[in-house]
Amino acid sequence: MNLTIVLQQLVNGISLGSLYGLVAIGYTMVYGVIRLINFAHGDIMMVGMYFAFTGIAMLFLPWWAAFLLSMLASALVGVIIDRVAYKPLRNASRISALITAIGVSFFLENSFLVIYGGVPKAFPVPSVFGGAINIHGVIFPNIAIITPIVAMIFLMILLFILHKTKYGMAMRALSFDFETVRIMGVNVDLVISMVFAIGSFLAALSGIFWAMRYPAINPLIGIMPGLKAFAAAVLGGIGSVTGAAIGGFIIGISEILVVALFPSLAGYKDAFAFLFLIFVLLFKPTGIMGEDLERGRF
Amino acid sequence: MKRLLSSLVAVLVALTFLANASLAGEVKVGVVLPMTGLVAAFGQSAWKGIKLAQSMEPKTKNGCKVKLILLDNKGMKVETANAVSKLITDNHVRAIIGAITSSDTMAGAPIAEKHHIPMITSSATNPLVTKGKKYISRACFIDPFQGAVAAKYARNKLHAKTAAVMIERDQDYSVGLAHAFIKAFKKLGGKIVAVEFFQSTDQDYSAQISDIKAKHPDIIYMPSYYQEIALFARQARQYGLKQPILAGDGAEAEALIKIGGKAVEGLTFTTHFDPHAAATPLTVKFIKLYEKKYGTPPDAMAALGADAYFILVQAINKAGGCNAKPEKINYYIRHTKNFKGVTGTITIDPKTGNAIKSAVIRKVKNGKFVYVTTVNP
Repeated sequence: MNLTIVLQQLVNGISLGSLYGLVAIGYTMVYGVIRLINFAHGDIMMVGMYFAFTGIAMLFLPWWAAFLLSMLASALVGVIIDRVAYKPLRNASRISALITAIGVSFFLENSFLVIYGGVPKAFPVPSVFGGAINIHGVIFPNIAIITPIVAMIFLMILLFILHKTKYGMAMRALSFDFETVRIMGVNVDLVISMVFAIGSFLAALSGIFWAMRYPAINPLIGIMPGLKAFAAAVLGGIGSVTGAAIGGFIIGISEILVVALFPSLAGYKDAFAFLFLIFVLLFKPTGIMGEDLERGRF
Repeated sequence: MKRLLSSLVAVLVALTFLANASLAGEVKVGVVLPMTGLVAAFGQSAWKGIKLAQSMEPKTKNGCKVKLILLDNKGMKVETANAVSKLITDNHVRAIIGAITSSDTMAGAPIAEKHHIPMITSSATNPLVTKGKKYISRACFIDPFQGAVAAKYARNKLHAKTAAVMIERDQDYSVGLAHAFIKAFKKLGGKIVAVEFFQSTDQDYSAQISDIKAKHPDIIYMPSYYQEIALFARQARQYGLKQPILAGDGAEAEALIKIGGKAVEGLTFTTHFDPHAAATPLTVKFIKLYEKKYGTPPDAMAALGADAYFILVQAINKAGGCNAKPEKINYYIRHTKNFKGVTGTITIDPKTGNAIKSAVIRKVKNGKFVYVTTVNP
């Protein structure tokens, strides 16, 4: 294996990893605040893809408008889901909320199956994201360059919101104790709605980037990215947004390396991603950026 | 009020008659197809073909209606096994058409075999599907033949000396067809320079593509399904891999062109049927009715679905029509001889249950599937 191929595989790994990271950030944020593993996160990704698809291919909007509208609409869907499905269970046991999340996931998948049908649709990729750059034989697809940048930008914005704004402070406080925060006069439901809005906004964003990289979308497409993002979030230390980004990178790179180094095992690369996860958790059960309960989360 | 009552009674009487009529004169046939999921385009095409075939021949001998019960297997093995079980034990069907992919069909086949219910698949091409089974048959050719046709085309027409092969590890169809191709290609003096693996849910092929690129094959053979092939082609072209891509019958769906766009231009594949190479009078009639009903020419999946239906109905008729027993239906499916179907003349080998028939080569040209040639067995 020569240097060009090694570099190429590294580029492939980083670009895949940044995509996983982007999905994982939203995933982990919802968990960090309300301790709910939102299994519907991958499906909100899918909702975002279909909204953007509808905007471009059926309403003929310019791509940036379609993307923005899709993300806003998905944020709204996230808030509605919280209000309808999760809010009544706020004080119920955690397992009830988890099962509800799975129910929401099935509901979204099947309603989109009814609306859009099961045949995969071709996602229209704007030309800005379509091409590739060749540097000394190493190919950088445009989307592979843009994704890590976007992931970084949104990670920064999210950290800013969490640490520098009043609502962010409320979110961090909520992750410790609902009742005390409520007594302090914070509108808990409003803050949780904001968490879901941000989480779903990020899910739609990552969904759109996913669809631009792999432009075949179907209503069940969110399942696998959802699982991978879950693995990334747990690996990074669930609840930590920085950890989620790092976890995403690690899983992406390790997947590509499995295929590159052991081509005959490539069919089992998902197994390797999860094996890796189990291995890390054996030694560091709280994940890489594992939460330190004394010092706070995120 | 009185009028309402009397009309209600009339409706009830009519309903009872209808129910009786349908109970008396019905042959139930189960259909298991992927209507959703990764290979949904195939299931939906096949269903269109089967429904049209049913409208052309809705009744068996003695005037019994063929009642089709469709279950969606989502393109998943477990769902297929469940669907076959349900059709046999709950619905008491006398025969089953399905499934589409080899892996799915192989998941359902042992259950049909155990209950002695004939199962005819329209398009599962892996040889293992019918191997050692008495009740499983198919309306299509098998992969050793298909792989050899592709290898011959690559060696003799494209003058390829080296090839890279992309194998979808968890699909028996892909594994079987890839090995058939590799064997035939080597026999013809070709060399396989790279064998790469991936799995059904994969969407990222950048690692495999980078490896293939370093080995400079003359062609890439990817026996997989339309979505995987389209995504692979897009990424391959993006990474500067310009070699021709060859595929099997799993490539043929409109979605391939829609998703692949310019990247699948020139993609060549072996398949079962081309509307421009109409083989029998039934083909001509079927194409005409299909275009009238759906507005597009039929693809291979639709044509094969129809053939599975026609072969089954013929077998039911020979087995006695209304009261045909599953055992007898199975006997006559397996003894189908020189049947002039939609995809050509079909003979099923009574020993193996495999159809012996010719293959067609098609390619993508200007965003459309075009006919290249027909290869006889």
